[in-house]
Formats: sequence, structure tokens, C-alpha cells
Amino acid sequence: MILEALSYGFMQKALIAGIAVGLICSFMGTFLVLRRYSLFGDGIAHVAFGGISVGLFLGVFPLWTAFIVSIFGGIGLQKLRQSTKISGDAAVAVVLVSGLAVGVILVSSSGGFSVDLFSFLFGSILLISNEDTIMILAISAGIIATLVVLQKQFLHLTFNEEQAKLVGLRTTLLNYAFVILASITVVTSMRLVGILLISALIVIPNITAMMFGKGFKKTVCISMGISVISVIGGILLSYFLNLAPSGTIVVIAVGILVGTLVLKSTGLLQKVDIKNPSEITHNS
Amino acid sequence: MSVTNVLDVKDLTINYDNQPAVDNISFDVQQGDCLGIVGPNGAGKTTLFRAILGLQAFSGKIKLFGFEDSKYKSIIPLIGYVPQKVTFEPNFPATVYDVVSMGLISDKRIVQGAKLIQECGCCWNRIYQTIKKKDDKITQALHTVGLEFLRNRRIGELSGGELQRVFIAKALVKDPLLLILDEPVASVDVESQTKFYNVIKTINKENNITILWSSHDLDAISKYANRVACMNKKLFFHGEKEKFFSDKELLKMYTESSMQMHMHNHDMH
Repeated sequence: MILEALSYGFMQKALIAGIAVGLICSFMGTFLVLRRYSLFGDGIAHVAFGGISVGLFLGVFPLWTAFIVSIFGGIGLQKLRQSTKISGDAAVAVVLVSGLAVGVILVSSSGGFSVDLFSFLFGSILLISNEDTIMILAISAGIIATLVVLQKQFLHLTFNEEQAKLVGLRTTLLNYAFVILASITVVTSMRLVGILLISALIVIPNITAMMFGKGFKKTVCISMGISVISVIGGILLSYFLNLAPSGTIVVIAVGILVGTLVLKSTGLLQKVDIKNPSEITHNS
Repeated sequence: MSVTNVLDVKDLTINYDNQPAVDNISFDVQQGDCLGIVGPNGAGKTTLFRAILGLQAFSGKIKLFGFEDSKYKSIIPLIGYVPQKVTFEPNFPATVYDVVSMGLISDKRIVQGAKLIQECGCCWNRIYQTIKKKDDKITQALHTVGLEFLRNRRIGELSGGELQRVFIAKALVKDPLLLILDEPVASVDVESQTKFYNVIKTINKENNITILWSSHDLDAISKYANRVACMNKKLFFHGEKEKFFSDKELLKMYTESSMQMHMHNHDMH
């Protein structure tokens, strides 16, 4: 039955693009969650909604306008945090509602909601074209390559920005690179789970992975694993049960989170964590 | 070229809302010094450190190995700094090894800064080409602070004393010109304090690293520092520790935490 599902071209494209998106969301999400930017994805996705509306209004491919508007939204958010005393969550709220407001105005001016807009709001992974799949793969490869190169810098920036500055990192430049990369990640991922659920893919696999108590690289790997399992499971389950793939993916991710929480509360997760005997001796 | 001071601070003033946090202070730090800075809370010690680290605007002059302005900025990565407290997410997924390796993250800038100092013929005689064996340097720094056995432990699982030693290892891993420690044992138990002071002694005496260190612990300062600076916005003593500890009036003023009031009298004399 699974093989039959996998024989369809739309399923193959959905799985390939979905896995790519799962990987970038979890990798980028590690930094976003640790920097307390968990709702950044939500904010930028709503700005992207404004960008998509601009594209639909002007008759341009909406994803391109979403990219441009979201990158400016991300930079604006960073500026707002740096140059004013507005706190991070309030800055996200300002950017979020601004994007949404522009979107609503343009949508109403162009005659209301269209199928295209709905597909961006709720995701449409089963409907993506060959070109979309190639674009998602290419952008995801670029994001992962950049994150691999800059992971140590981003980790230090995330750990403590002032200390990062003192060891000689160009923190202002890195901060802008970070928000631009995060904005591109969010817009690329919108086709999978949609604007309304994008935060789930950024936040849930990461907070689950952090419960395992591992170092940075292992945490990123666990988070990616949870993401990929959620995406594959969600797409297949939605096919067999005729459900919405975006919602199913997120429900599976939440299920893994709840399962991990239960394991942790019963103490089973700690038992898996085997400590080095020398560590135990020194701390007893 | 003769050896310049590691640090020269001249007429340094820092104001917050037109109120002086540091008021016209001048002092120097020589190669191999372990300068203990004492003063009550709010005396401006952290503000002074932040100015030295280029994180705080000031008027006056600060020279590091005789360098000012842009050249000064390029050797800031050679200063090791351990702040009073580093806040981070309790679940932060980084091991002790990850955190110490952050000290070598911009190794190119460390090498550039070191070359600049060598070109000027200063006494800085460590030869940097490239920092090739990062793993060895991290292991060595962890060995110095006695934490090799915790290298794979998550930082969220460490005690306050262990954490402070991790941050010292992070500062040491790049062979700093100058190590600045801002009240490093403020929230650490007595046993950890002893371990910490032994580390300070090793770094200063055996590794010959110049140390600038603020503390309220006069016993520790008397044991481990060779010079003392006493400040409360203004600097009212800077010199050999024997002189400071033999000045009963100064000590009394410090211990009664009434330096501000007495400082004016002292200045008038």
C-alpha cells in the first residue's frame, strides 16, 4: 500500500520537498528557539502573506514577492529590536500585524481570497510542481550549506552576543545574515504546512530534541530526525486517511513531543542517557 | 623597542546620565601583573572593564600594548574576559567542549592581532601562525582549569564554580594577552573558590598571563595579586599590595564600605 502511494509523482515530490523543508526548519529552528525567536517564523510568515498578496495583486509569481517582502520584514524586525527598546515579542507582533494588514487590504482590493492564497495559508505540499520541488531543494541545500559553514558563529551569537563580539565576531553582520536566512527558510517552508502552521515545524522538533540533553550537533540531528519522521508520517497518513497533510504533519510532531514529555516525566529518558563513569566518580 | 605596559589608562571618565560612573582615573598594568581591583558595589569596576573591552564609550585614553583606536580594536580578541555572570538558556544544547571551543572561533583575528603586536617588537613572544591543533588547545585549557573530565557534559548540568572555570578555559584557550576577571567567584562556594584561586595562580605565575581582577575578597587579593587598585568611581589607591594592606586607614575605609565619603577627604589631603 505504501509502495503504491510512493509510485505517484505528486507523492514523490511532496516527500522530497517535505523532507528538505523539515531539515531546514529544524536546523534554523534550533537557533531561533534558543534565541527566543520562537515566534519569528510566525511573524515572518504573516509578512510573507503580505508579500504573496502583493504578488497576486500585481500578477507576479507570489513566492518571489513573498521572499523580497519577508527579507525586508526580517531586517526591519532586527532593526526594531536593536535601535529601540521594544522587546523581542512586541517587535514580532508589530511586524506580524503590519504584514497581515497589508495583505488584507490588497486581498480585499483584488476581489477576495483565491485558491492560490488558501494554498499558502494552509499549505499545499501535494500540489507542488516539478519546478517548485527543484526550487525548494536548491534553496534548502543553500540554507543547509550556509548553516553548516556559520554554525559555530551562530551558536556563539546565540549563546551570548556580547561574548561573541569580544572574541572578534562581527555580530551586527551575523545578526542580519541570521534574520535573512531565517526569512528565506520560512518562505520556502510555507508550501509544506502553510503560513498558519509554520511555527510548529520550527519550534516543536527543537524543544523535543532539547529534552534529550545532548550537545549541539546531536540535538540538531535529533531535531532533524523528528522533523523528517513527522513529515513522512504526516504525508503518508494524510494520503491514506484523506486528511490535510499540513495539519497531520504538525499533529505527529506534537505527538512525538508529548511522548517525549511522558518518557521524561517517568524517568525513562534519563535512563537512556548513559554517563561516562569518570564523570560520575568526579561528581559524587 | 622597550617593553610597553600591557595596559595604560589615562584620565578615563565614563558618565551615565551626566553622573560619573568612572571619574578621571589613571593607572597602568605591567606585563605579568596580577592587579586586584577592589571597591564597593557600584564603584565602576565593571564599567571600567567594559571600556577596556571596547563595549563602553568613554573620554580619556586607553592603550593596550601602546595601541589606540583601530589598532586597539584589532587586538581586543586577544583579551580574555570572564564576566561576573553569563546568562544562557538552562537547556542550551552545548557541552563544555563546545563552549571552550567558542574562544577560538575567530582564530584568524586572533592571529592578526598577535602579528600586529609582534611587528611592534613588544614582549609578546608567542608565535602564532595559524591555530592548527584546536583540539589540543581546548584540552590544554580544560586541563589548566581542572575540568578535562567534564568535557562532554552539558553546561546546564554544571555547578556555579565549574561554570566559572569553563569560562576561564574559554578565555584561556586563545592564549590571551590579558585576562580580565570580573568578580569571578561572587556566587561560588568556598571549595570551588579555592580551586579557582589556584587556577588564577597557575595562569599568572606559570603561564605568565597578565591578570586584571576585581573582587571583594581581600584575603584572596592579598594572597594572589601583586598590585592593588582601589576605586569608588575615583581611583584612590594604585600600587604594590604590601603598601595597600599596610595602610590601616585605607583598609578601614574599604571594609566599612564608606569609601565614597572618605574618598573626598582623602583627595583633599
